[in-house]
Amino acid sequence: MWEYTDLVKEHFLNPRNVGEVENANGIGEVGSLACGDALKLTIRVDENQIIADAKFKTFGCASAIASSSALTEMIKGMPLDDAAKITNEDIAEFLGGLPKEKMHCSVMGREALEAAIASYRGVKLPMAEGEVVCECFGVTDLEVKRAIAESNLHTVEEITNFTKAGGGCGKCHDRLQELLDEVRQGAVQLAIPDQRPKRMTTIQKIKLIEEVLEREIRPALRKDGGDIELIDVDGDTVIVSLRGSCVSCKKSQTTLKEYVEKKLREQVLDTLTVEEGRA
Amino acid sequence: MSVTTDRVVYMDNNATTRVAPEVLAEMLPYFSDFYGNPSSMHNFGGQVGRKVAEARGKIAALLGCSPDELLFTSCGTESDSTAILSAIQSFPEKRHIVTTRVEHPAVKNLCERLESLTGHRHKVTQLPVECDGTIDLCKYEEALTDETAIVSVMWANNETGVIFPIERMAALAKERGILFHTDAVQAVGKVPINLSAMKVDFLSLSGHKLHAPKGIGVLYVRKGTPFIPFLIGGHQEHGRRGGTENVAAIIGLGKACELAGAKMNEENTRVKALRDRLEEGLIAAIPHSLLNGHKTERLPNTTNISFEYVEGEAILLHLDRFGICASSGSACTSGSLEPSHVMRAMGVPFTAAHGSTRFSLSIYNSEEEIDYVLAHLPKIIADLRAMSPFWAEAMKSQAGCGCGCKKG
Repeated sequence: MWEYTDLVKEHFLNPRNVGEVENANGIGEVGSLACGDALKLTIRVDENQIIADAKFKTFGCASAIASSSALTEMIKGMPLDDAAKITNEDIAEFLGGLPKEKMHCSVMGREALEAAIASYRGVKLPMAEGEVVCECFGVTDLEVKRAIAESNLHTVEEITNFTKAGGGCGKCHDRLQELLDEVRQGAVQLAIPDQRPKRMTTIQKIKLIEEVLEREIRPALRKDGGDIELIDVDGDTVIVSLRGSCVSCKKSQTTLKEYVEKKLREQVLDTLTVEEGRA
Repeated sequence: MSVTTDRVVYMDNNATTRVAPEVLAEMLPYFSDFYGNPSSMHNFGGQVGRKVAEARGKIAALLGCSPDELLFTSCGTESDSTAILSAIQSFPEKRHIVTTRVEHPAVKNLCERLESLTGHRHKVTQLPVECDGTIDLCKYEEALTDETAIVSVMWANNETGVIFPIERMAALAKERGILFHTDAVQAVGKVPINLSAMKVDFLSLSGHKLHAPKGIGVLYVRKGTPFIPFLIGGHQEHGRRGGTENVAAIIGLGKACELAGAKMNEENTRVKALRDRLEEGLIAAIPHSLLNGHKTERLPNTTNISFEYVEGEAILLHLDRFGICASSGSACTSGSLEPSHVMRAMGVPFTAAHGSTRFSLSIYNSEEEIDYVLAHLPKIIADLRAMSPFWAEAMKSQAGCGCGCKKG
């Protein structure tokens, strides 16, 4: 169970300003059903540039609802320029803090506010323009960098807590680490090109595998009257066929895994698996 | 929370259960009075050993196996790890495991991390499930190969209660000489099990799911099945699991199994009727609510219902105000940012997956408690939907569509 503060519980159970402002002149919608939380903030800004009214509708967990409620309480009656300076930390602070895994709820509040102000002012937010880093939750590099800088984040886990980026399949963790390094070091480091072959084409793999087979593996097997043939390479799966005395040898499976696979992993690519093809 | 009641309506029995008062009474003397070590030579310890043997016999009776086919572990997770790691060590040349996409993390995460544990790459086939959580036996048969070291498939799913055809699946594995493990943590005590008539090699069970305490598990290992221990130490369990026996818990589990056998009928009649009344009542009272999982191929105590356009954590915390204990497969309660892997494997749409709510009953639940949930939950859902930005929209577009289809 999450350790929510009494204020979070209070705002969750008795949310303020639920609904939609009539004649709203600023609307901010963020999140989606798929992501598990979403917030629609509507505001009415009066002629003195003061937020006269603010309401919300939220789909999400207790801290998402509480953050939305807190946000509307904070901005009602506030000059627009001041509201524009509200950070997610301010929202979390208003609630007496949020569990670290739930900080993204306060970020969602801040984003909805920015979107509402942008819609009032008729401008487009730059955040959505960036390159999508996390495909699971649709988070851009600009959003990630901003969270790192503003909330002083130090780990990929913290980025996930604040932006949700990296909380799904986890494929983007390397990229998040890069962004983290970039922001933390203040500037992009001098690029030192990595000369190691990272990805091999199947043709490159086949060529290398053939070389290792010829140079090392075949001579060893031939000593025992056996032989090996490369049948196919499918991704990282190497399909081979054993010949000669290997065919009837009870230890051939061990040979395949403990010797052939080991050699190929050492000398070609450490992700290869060797399987025997059925002729 | 100011409105919290003192009342507890516990409907989260797939998470853990109350220790039965009879079980506790049976255990108590073995903490401070008869605290001897069952391995000791003196009678003070020896009498405890006899009591442990008696408990083993009661557990074997519930499972339909021989007492010496059982070994005590610390929990269901240890039983699962022991079985799977034993099988892959017994057949080091076989590098393939068949399991499902809806397994408990005790099996799922272990299979996914085998490479770092063993230093060998293992191919893991995670069988998909149908949208009602059941399994396609043809796909299962196709997945079995000469390379398969072990099949590990849960007897009943913890989130939906859906039951897999374990007897048939075990037989199909056995025909091909493949070891078969089942995590039966949710099934033992709720559905009849007779291992002597089945081809199961390993079965895991956990005490705290059937009114015994936490911290005790059992692994069934069929006589003749190759076995390599997981915890290595003393001669306990004939060297198959080192470590001094958790005596009081073992004695408690023995009693719990005896009770479960005696109450199996009640579980499948009265408890099932309560479950059905809760399920039908909620689905009738709350529009856009969907049952997750097969309606009949299911444990008698479990129901999993999705309430579209609301989020599970919010539902649970509102229920908590009324002292009602349930659980959810939503992202916010799954400890990650995505809804539960079971809901995703079943293809439950996102509109519904985040609002999935599980009620799991026990023999301790009453008619009156069902009425209590039926009285409170519809309003909770209605209030949360009124707050949801998607609900009004969905209702609008549905009215425009006019065909009664469910948007999502």
